[in-house]
Amino acid sequence: MFQQAKSIDDAIASIGDGCMLVVPREVSGVPMAATRALIRRGVKRLHLVALPTSSMQADLLIGAGCVETLETSAVSLGEFGPAPRFTAATRSGTIKLKDATCPALHAALQASEKGVPFMPLRGLVGSDLLKYRDDWKVIDSPFGDNDPIVLLPAIRPDVALIHAQMADRFGNVWIGRQRELATMAHAAQKTVATVEKIHDGNLLDDPMLAAGTLPGFYVEAVAVAERGAWPLGLPDFYAADAGHLAEYARMAATETGFAEYLNKYVYEKRAA
Amino acid sequence: MTKHRFRDEELLADVIAGLIGNVRHVAVGNASPIPATAALLARERGRGRPYVSLLQSRKHNFFTDGARELFDCAGQGRVDVFFLSGGQIDGYGNVNLVSTGNYQNPTVRFPGSFGSAYLYYVVPKVILFRTEHSRRTLVPKVDFISAPGSSKANVYRPGGPIALVTNRCLFSFSNERFTLASVHPGHTIEEIVENTGFNFERPATVPETPPPTPETLKLMREVVAPQLAEVYPQFAAQVFGVTQAAFAH
Repeated sequence: MFQQAKSIDDAIASIGDGCMLVVPREVSGVPMAATRALIRRGVKRLHLVALPTSSMQADLLIGAGCVETLETSAVSLGEFGPAPRFTAATRSGTIKLKDATCPALHAALQASEKGVPFMPLRGLVGSDLLKYRDDWKVIDSPFGDNDPIVLLPAIRPDVALIHAQMADRFGNVWIGRQRELATMAHAAQKTVATVEKIHDGNLLDDPMLAAGTLPGFYVEAVAVAERGAWPLGLPDFYAADAGHLAEYARMAATETGFAEYLNKYVYEKRAA
Repeated sequence: MTKHRFRDEELLADVIAGLIGNVRHVAVGNASPIPATAALLARERGRGRPYVSLLQSRKHNFFTDGARELFDCAGQGRVDVFFLSGGQIDGYGNVNLVSTGNYQNPTVRFPGSFGSAYLYYVVPKVILFRTEHSRRTLVPKVDFISAPGSSKANVYRPGGPIALVTNRCLFSFSNERFTLASVHPGHTIEEIVENTGFNFERPATVPETPPPTPETLKLMREVVAPQLAEVYPQFAAQVFGVTQAAFAH
């Protein structure tokens, strides 16, 4: 029988130092409460894969010194400007960066979903991204005639970390339209989810909910984290906290300001 | 001179809406409030067509198979128009969303390539936009090619750039070169030459960009702006004075 985790800290116990961790894009249910818990625990040397981009989550983890390698198509605070800790780390070379393009990350995770070693992808030929990705290969398509095509090795994360509206007591997690969360879970060896609330009954028993449900089969741990995406939004349920994001952008602009931010909002365990 | 007043953003959105043309599906990526305004304007004018997919939206996005569905759609040729910007754009239509200086030790780091290194190749009409028209942004040669403006004959490439819209003018793109197509009201050809780092074709006469009509402005301000506020609340508030409606739950 599936055991719901007693706390967020319990749920993230399997995310250890050196873990390859895949996280969703900024609008798909970002587990920010769990991210703050990881920083408080002092996780180190993460290989962070953002599917396919990230905003404040990657910036926080980088600034707090948790990330060794970052694989992403972009990190930005969107309307609140550049991601300051990402930008600083890139310029000073303190993280290893694997620059990608969005569909390449989707495709590389899809390869793992299928259990195949690589996935071909159009585009990319002639982009400088290829120059710095010696793990990406260009071959002549065996089904074409003088048709160069890029092969991407499968990405097989250790853990997928997601946040969603609800889960049941069987470990099933309702992700709705956020199907990339399912791709992440299928590709990763384990999935850790935080949710807004526990659903009474079995999500798979209701045909209206079942199609939007990630089966507990893939899920290692579930913990309740109310407003667990804050200060980012949870699509269909709550919007991002614009005031807080602006405050973050302001504080994280300098190393000192970022340290103050961590003290105020991450190390001081707040209800929010 | 026109009698009614409009903002730069409104002019640019109107120009972009005109470039979209008669197509089935327009997709808009991250950090693209002006193209999003244009796409929604085109949809209003077409009474529901083209289909519009705003990548970060809930309401203006019909995808149900995750973020990958957009790219799969585009790979099949089911996305007709897309928009790209760049920290640098050069005269060959190459786009740089990564960094200036040395890649390993950059002078300026941008967010990253997003979907450009794929969508630029497979979407037939890619409209480039850059609201800062300067020698810093429009350069002779980009420092990093996130996505190239053109490809060798054997590279699969049904897509690519058709135009570049800036705060000063509209360039069209063909045969691997930009051509000055129109100059926005209040700007001059001399000023454009002065502020453009790459060479471009200059026809003997270049028209002024037509300003948005009062009907277009009304549609944009009253119908499009409220729709925009979901994805671009700051932009909608600053440009149109519209604030985001609270979520239903």
